[in-house]
Amino acid sequence: MNIIYFLIGCSIVMALFFLAAFFWSLKNGQHDDMHTPAIRILFDDDKPEDNEN
Amino acid sequence: MPVHTFTLTPCYHCGTDCEENTFHADDKSFCCAGCLGVYRILNSNNLCNYYKYNSTPGQARSVKPQHFEYLDEQTIITQLVDFQDQELTVITFYIPSIHCSSCIWLLEHLHKLDKGVIGSRIDFLKKEVMITFRHAEISLRMLVELLTSISYEPMISLQDVIKQKKNSVNRNLIKKIAVAGFCMGNVMLFSFPEYLGMSVFDQGFKSLFSWLNLAFAIPVTFYSGRDFFISAYNGLKNKMFNLDTPLALIIAVLFLRTAFEVLTRTGPGFTDTLSGLVFLLLMGRWVKQRTYDHLSFERDYRSYFPVAVTVISDGREKPVSINELVVGDRILIRNNEIIPADSILMKGNGYIDFSFVTGESAPVDKVLGEIVYAGGRQLGEVIEMEVVKPVSQSYLTRLWNNDTFAATDNKIRNFNDSIAKYFSMVVFILAFGSAFYWIYLDNTDKAWAAFTAVLIVACPCVLALSTPFTLSAVLGIFDKNRFYLKNTDVVEQLARIDTMVFDKTGTISTPQELDLSFSEHLTAENKNLIASLARNSMHPLSREIIKWLRVSSYSEVSYFQEIPGKGISGFVNGRFVQLGSTLFINAAPDSDTNTSTVHITIDEKYAGYFGFKQQWRPGLKNLINNLKNRFNLHVISGDNENDRNDLSQIFSHQSSVNFAQSPQDKLEYIQNLQVSGSKVMMLGDGLNDAGALRQSDLGVAVTDNINNFTPGCDAILDGSSLNKLPQFIRQSKDALTTIKRSFIVAATYNLIGVFFAVQGILSPLTAAVLMPLSTITIITFTSVATRFYARRNQLI
Repeated sequence: MNIIYFLIGCSIVMALFFLAAFFWSLKNGQHDDMHTPAIRILFDDDKPEDNEN
Repeated sequence: MPVHTFTLTPCYHCGTDCEENTFHADDKSFCCAGCLGVYRILNSNNLCNYYKYNSTPGQARSVKPQHFEYLDEQTIITQLVDFQDQELTVITFYIPSIHCSSCIWLLEHLHKLDKGVIGSRIDFLKKEVMITFRHAEISLRMLVELLTSISYEPMISLQDVIKQKKNSVNRNLIKKIAVAGFCMGNVMLFSFPEYLGMSVFDQGFKSLFSWLNLAFAIPVTFYSGRDFFISAYNGLKNKMFNLDTPLALIIAVLFLRTAFEVLTRTGPGFTDTLSGLVFLLLMGRWVKQRTYDHLSFERDYRSYFPVAVTVISDGREKPVSINELVVGDRILIRNNEIIPADSILMKGNGYIDFSFVTGESAPVDKVLGEIVYAGGRQLGEVIEMEVVKPVSQSYLTRLWNNDTFAATDNKIRNFNDSIAKYFSMVVFILAFGSAFYWIYLDNTDKAWAAFTAVLIVACPCVLALSTPFTLSAVLGIFDKNRFYLKNTDVVEQLARIDTMVFDKTGTISTPQELDLSFSEHLTAENKNLIASLARNSMHPLSREIIKWLRVSSYSEVSYFQEIPGKGISGFVNGRFVQLGSTLFINAAPDSDTNTSTVHITIDEKYAGYFGFKQQWRPGLKNLINNLKNRFNLHVISGDNENDRNDLSQIFSHQSSVNFAQSPQDKLEYIQNLQVSGSKVMMLGDGLNDAGALRQSDLGVAVTDNINNFTPGCDAILDGSSLNKLPQFIRQSKDALTTIKRSFIVAATYNLIGVFFAVQGILSPLTAAVLMPLSTITIITFTSVATRFYARRNQLI
């Protein structure tokens, strides 16, 4: 059962890693605008042959 | 004469109905040269996808000439940009016309329109675009002109110069919530074996888990919970109990008892309760702090004023930042520009629209040598003026030097804080009472256990949560009905209102639609003559006349003449037509004074007049009837007495109607009402109401387009929702009832808990279950009740 000590340690380290990742994303401004990226992802890539108009 | 055909097609760019025979390109019709121009630019740059994401995504573009010379001044540029180095410049613009996905697509493809633009990124809700560009290739002025040419004109105002940092407070709170949530999750995991009971074999884990829990309790208490201690300390320093006082005490007691139990190995402590409590409390704060990104409640005259004005020195025109304007400067004001400081008219004819400052709807004539107050908008020709007072000392801006604006908060104390005092007292008495009882019985262990347990169970957690959750649910419902509140406290203020003060122009009357009528019968020929002439004028009344006449084709006009503030004249189809005020047309008879009028002569013969009347908002009469028995109603208007008869028909005799009130008068009027003990709600729309809005207990800015300028206020109400006002007030009262009921539910839980707590037999498990259970019940109860009331009030 001693392996549980190790597993607990692992789980805490991993959880801390995710907390740090969240802090980083927050600092990076990823949570500032929750609306625009949702629209932006739906845009098509530009088609170069769209010229004849 | 051309044949009358009424085939209207929507403009391909902006969707405005236009006549067939207007502007064409590639089988598409456009309403104006502006829209066509935008289409041409986009088409030649292969950006026609713009029209694919949405049909008619554009905005009708005004063709008025723009002056952006000031954007070439380095001093002004440095004030506006976010960042600048040798090569790159980053700037954020506020562009009010952003409204759909096409806008995002186009503005993020700006680099296709100009190679100097490196990238652009939109924040849709804030209607902001952040543009990075190489200033060697495209100057700031060229960039703004580019945006204007595709009808996305950025709004650059003096407020941009004084940029405020916003986000930081909220980010800190989210960090604290993240830490609390993280610790709570882990603590729950480590406490679980304890709840289920551990075998002797697992006793080794027991102490490990309690040590780990204690470790997690430290950041929860000292990082996430720090604000409660600070707030409680500040409250006590001012000899005042706020809601955070008992909360801080409970957090401290929970932590100390946990630390004590873990260190002495006497028990597992209450870390699960502690972290859960802090997490939920912070969630409550977060719900309370959430605000609208796209609305600003703090605007003052600075967001209305331009950044720069043209100054003439030594015969040269030079744009100068408004902050650098000094007394004696000679300034040049073009058509549609705002006069930034009180000044004397030196050259040209002033015809100034003060509607924003005074509420007076008709523009005013100014002659040479007259002092013109800041905030007016010049219509017509270019004028030259000499500054007599610096911007900050002007008639209009002086209003902001009033004490009202210096006071941080003169609003009603909220319900929570007033109940917190009594609540804390009861909790303290119970806690110390049970502690002394057990000490008296010589059972110190139980005394200590009972003391802490009472505090934990009687925790005003619910008090701190039910209010923000209920009120933010109300906020969400109001939001759907286009009533936007600054924060949750405003709901409580709304419930307490007993007096309402209305501004007239733009608040209870619609600013756009004028009730137009013509005194005589109009033949089709005369219609054509008048419309053709009026088409040449930029004056708002001419525009209204054209809209009203609905003529499909126009004739050539020769010898057109416009005398600003008086009227227009010209030859149409060889006939001499004049349109104008009584000053312009001598033949005009004395007319009904209730309306503003435009008189017409054709071939020097009087042909009748157009009467313009204020149009009240639809449903106003019902609204007033609905309100007048329950509230004291007042009207204060900056306008003249023209509408007195009309208004007194709508408002009853008890309500007082006041005209010709200056911004300062309005503020004092509200003050007087408050001195006599009224809780005043002010509804206004312009800068002239700014003082009154700020002074009132609840200032509501009424607007027809929430992206337009609104003065600093507590709430923004869309004009079309004005008639829902009684429902809004009822809903806010219902919300307070819901909160009070939720206290009863909470009290039931607390009594059960306290029953065990005073006996000192409350186990951590019971506490751990009771606390979240009561919280969930309360949150469910409040949101269900709020929706129930909203349905009853017909708001959803």
